[in-house]
Amino acid sequence: MTAVLHIHNLEIEAPQTDRRPLRIVKDVSLKIQKGEVVALIGESGSGKTTIALSALAYCKPGLRFSGGEVLLNGRNLLRMAAQEIRGIRGRRVAYLAQSAAATFNPALTIGEQVTESAVIHGVLSPAEAEKRAEELFYALELPDPERLGRRYPHQVSGGQLQRLMAAMALCAKPDLMILDEPTTALDVTTQIEVLKAFKKVIREEGAAAVYVTHDLAVVAQIADQVTVLYNGEVQEHGPVAQIIDNPAHEYTRRLMEAARPSSMTGKSKGLHANPDPDPVIEVKNVSAAYGHGLVGPGKPKNKILHHVSLKVQRAHVVGVVGESGCGKSTLVNVIAGLLPAVSGDILLDGQRLAPFLKQRCLSELRRVQIVFQMADTALNPRQRIKQILGRPLTFYLGLHGVQKQNRIAALLDMVELPRAFSDRFPPELSGGQKQRINLARALAADPDVLLCDEVISSLDAIVGANVIQLLKALRRKTGVSFVFISHDLSTVADFSDEIVVLYAGHVVEQGPVHRVLSPPFHPYTRLLVSSIPELRVGWLDKILQNQDMTSGIGLTVETAAQGCAFFRRCPLAVDGTCSRGEVPIQTYPDGHLIACHHSL
Amino acid sequence: MKQTSEAKTVGDSNPDAPAGKRIKLSWVGKLGLFIVIFWMVIALIGPYIAPYHEAELIADDSYLPASSQFLIGSDYLGRDILSRILWGTRTTIGISLAATLLAYFTGITLGIAAAARGGWTDMGLSRVNDVFLALPNIMLALIVIAAFGSSIPILIATAGLVYSCGVFRVARALAQEISVESYVTAAKARGEGSWWIITREILPNIMMPLATDFGFRLVFIILFISSLSFLGLGVQPPTADWGSMVRENMQGLSYGSWAAVWPAIAIATLTISLNLVVDDISAQSGGELAKKMI
Repeated sequence: MTAVLHIHNLEIEAPQTDRRPLRIVKDVSLKIQKGEVVALIGESGSGKTTIALSALAYCKPGLRFSGGEVLLNGRNLLRMAAQEIRGIRGRRVAYLAQSAAATFNPALTIGEQVTESAVIHGVLSPAEAEKRAEELFYALELPDPERLGRRYPHQVSGGQLQRLMAAMALCAKPDLMILDEPTTALDVTTQIEVLKAFKKVIREEGAAAVYVTHDLAVVAQIADQVTVLYNGEVQEHGPVAQIIDNPAHEYTRRLMEAARPSSMTGKSKGLHANPDPDPVIEVKNVSAAYGHGLVGPGKPKNKILHHVSLKVQRAHVVGVVGESGCGKSTLVNVIAGLLPAVSGDILLDGQRLAPFLKQRCLSELRRVQIVFQMADTALNPRQRIKQILGRPLTFYLGLHGVQKQNRIAALLDMVELPRAFSDRFPPELSGGQKQRINLARALAADPDVLLCDEVISSLDAIVGANVIQLLKALRRKTGVSFVFISHDLSTVADFSDEIVVLYAGHVVEQGPVHRVLSPPFHPYTRLLVSSIPELRVGWLDKILQNQDMTSGIGLTVETAAQGCAFFRRCPLAVDGTCSRGEVPIQTYPDGHLIACHHSL
Repeated sequence: MKQTSEAKTVGDSNPDAPAGKRIKLSWVGKLGLFIVIFWMVIALIGPYIAPYHEAELIADDSYLPASSQFLIGSDYLGRDILSRILWGTRTTIGISLAATLLAYFTGITLGIAAAARGGWTDMGLSRVNDVFLALPNIMLALIVIAAFGSSIPILIATAGLVYSCGVFRVARALAQEISVESYVTAAKARGEGSWWIITREILPNIMMPLATDFGFRLVFIILFISSLSFLGLGVQPPTADWGSMVRENMQGLSYGSWAAVWPAIAIATLTISLNLVVDDISAQSGGELAKKMI
């Protein structure tokens, strides 16, 4: 039997004007049988997307195929005429991009876009395609399949859009699907929902698939075979169970380490046995809202935070977790003064901070610094690194000339970047390097508190793990405190001393890491904990059999007018009790607290 | 491994890096640039190389054909057309350039202020701007000139005011897009004032599209000034200016004289070639500008 896709000694290079061509993909071979899912894993720049795109006979601009062959059902794609390739793309081989939001055209209905490729290629008539799309909507467990096709992309959630992309790819019944990091940008609970649908539909349709990702735990759930790539070369190839449980290559083992947080229990701490009991920064009963100006003072329109309190001691890390829409970034904005709180106080060393940024004095501003989420947009592309790092030095500390130069060099050393980078512009750096500069800029102010907003969520596993290592080292060296925000509970568990779990702007659970991450759990914390993909084959199937789990996934964060905000997604919810009244807060002696109607 | 492995990754160098980004003009763009430069040079040296003074009456007869005395003929008063075009270049380009600069200064300042401050400032400025945009350009200019009379400073002020409305829109739209970027938020969180944010964070990031827009705007203003002059409201005689030269010599067309055609050719070559250059540049910036031009 011929393989659906057989990549044979593939070579891809980037021609350069004054040097020898740069080899991007080196002698890569790969075979995919019908109904099989092969995962390509590796960090960014390992060539995994480039290899996957070769199945479409597509090269990114600036690259070219320089050797080998790509056989689809036994026919070499690299030797086909452009006309013939057009007949294959979208028909025989379908591509699912990383961001569904960027893939869908907001001006066309979902139905038009899902059926488009099948109709263009003449596989199905428009009416047949519509029927086929509806079947796929059923198979992917999308809500309201009969009418979904008439809706617009902005009317469905992110996870649903991601599944609709699968429908779009499968509509023309392709032989091969290429999935390019389809769950990377999603919350853990949404990721489960999408993975589950993908897995089911791939099995039912019997299509072969190439799954490109850097997340080993996801690979363990969905792939049959795994190919590990580094720098355009195959490091290891084998069945998923062998790669996960018994990796042979050293690089694979390193990937596994980056994916496997050192501890989920938080017991590895004890860095600061006797912390200063006075908090550096304290958030006291803060509520915040957007859009207050329009409704009138005192009557905010959209309340985002409800009576949030937390304390951060010197050199301590408080992690804040929750899905998107829980108010994590709003909390950062309130502490930094970008969004004045509606009620409640922010205390810095016991001193009350003015709610508005403009009313705070320079040293108060200096002592609280934000590390922004997207390093790509947090650095002005028209300023050199030395200007970016130099500005806070001049602005807060009044440094000039040689002193300033020395400090910039020291900052670059601190974030482990070469000093020569000071003359570069941000677009000349990689994602991880930009995030380091982003961090260095915040450190330049010599702050007491760093507010880190999803600093590693846009980085891949190994680069992200390096950044976390760096944060740990900085904390040891400088004694700076952190408010560390992430949707990824495993990262937070690894780095924090204390965890605050936010749901729809309410603190549902709060306490030392080992207490929050061990029973008794708030139902939402348990949902988050069990949604983290485990590096184990078969984890997904097991988790989906669990009724408690499935009631919480696939739903988005919404606020409740009264009662417990988590009511609609909670497996323990009791109508009439949980849906009304104030949520009682259960406190434990070591500062652990849970907000739930049930006694847990 | 740390940054060494990171630095070695393949996708490390970004081709879109702003440093070393060069704009290469196509041959059409180069031709345009050549003609634009030609007229700019004429604007500088025109009066020195002209055979006669712009107002000098040389022949008694009007609309003389080309001869050794009048290289491209004479106008309706017997003045040398070539000399008047050479003198007029400075007037036409000078007034247009000054008006464009004025439009830019006003439009950019108010546009970025509106985007950066938002709220009522933005609302107020934008609505006033809308009112001006709703009035036809020429009519607005007629009102101003009727009230204050026609002189070169008034012309510059009028054209500058009228065209600052368009600049305001473009600058506001561009600045609005930049002002939501994290680096602007970072500057605000640092405690920077509006001046720093506008001049250091926003302005450098919108300069390139604004520079392209400057070319288009200059073309419109040249045509606008010429139109006013053609209507007799612009530059007053005996000062030479391309627009008024077309009007003065229009009668000659029926006698087969080219006196009105030469200044028209001058206007056309300058505006078309400016367009060619700007088109070429904006095509290379990925048509980004076209999306924002309103």
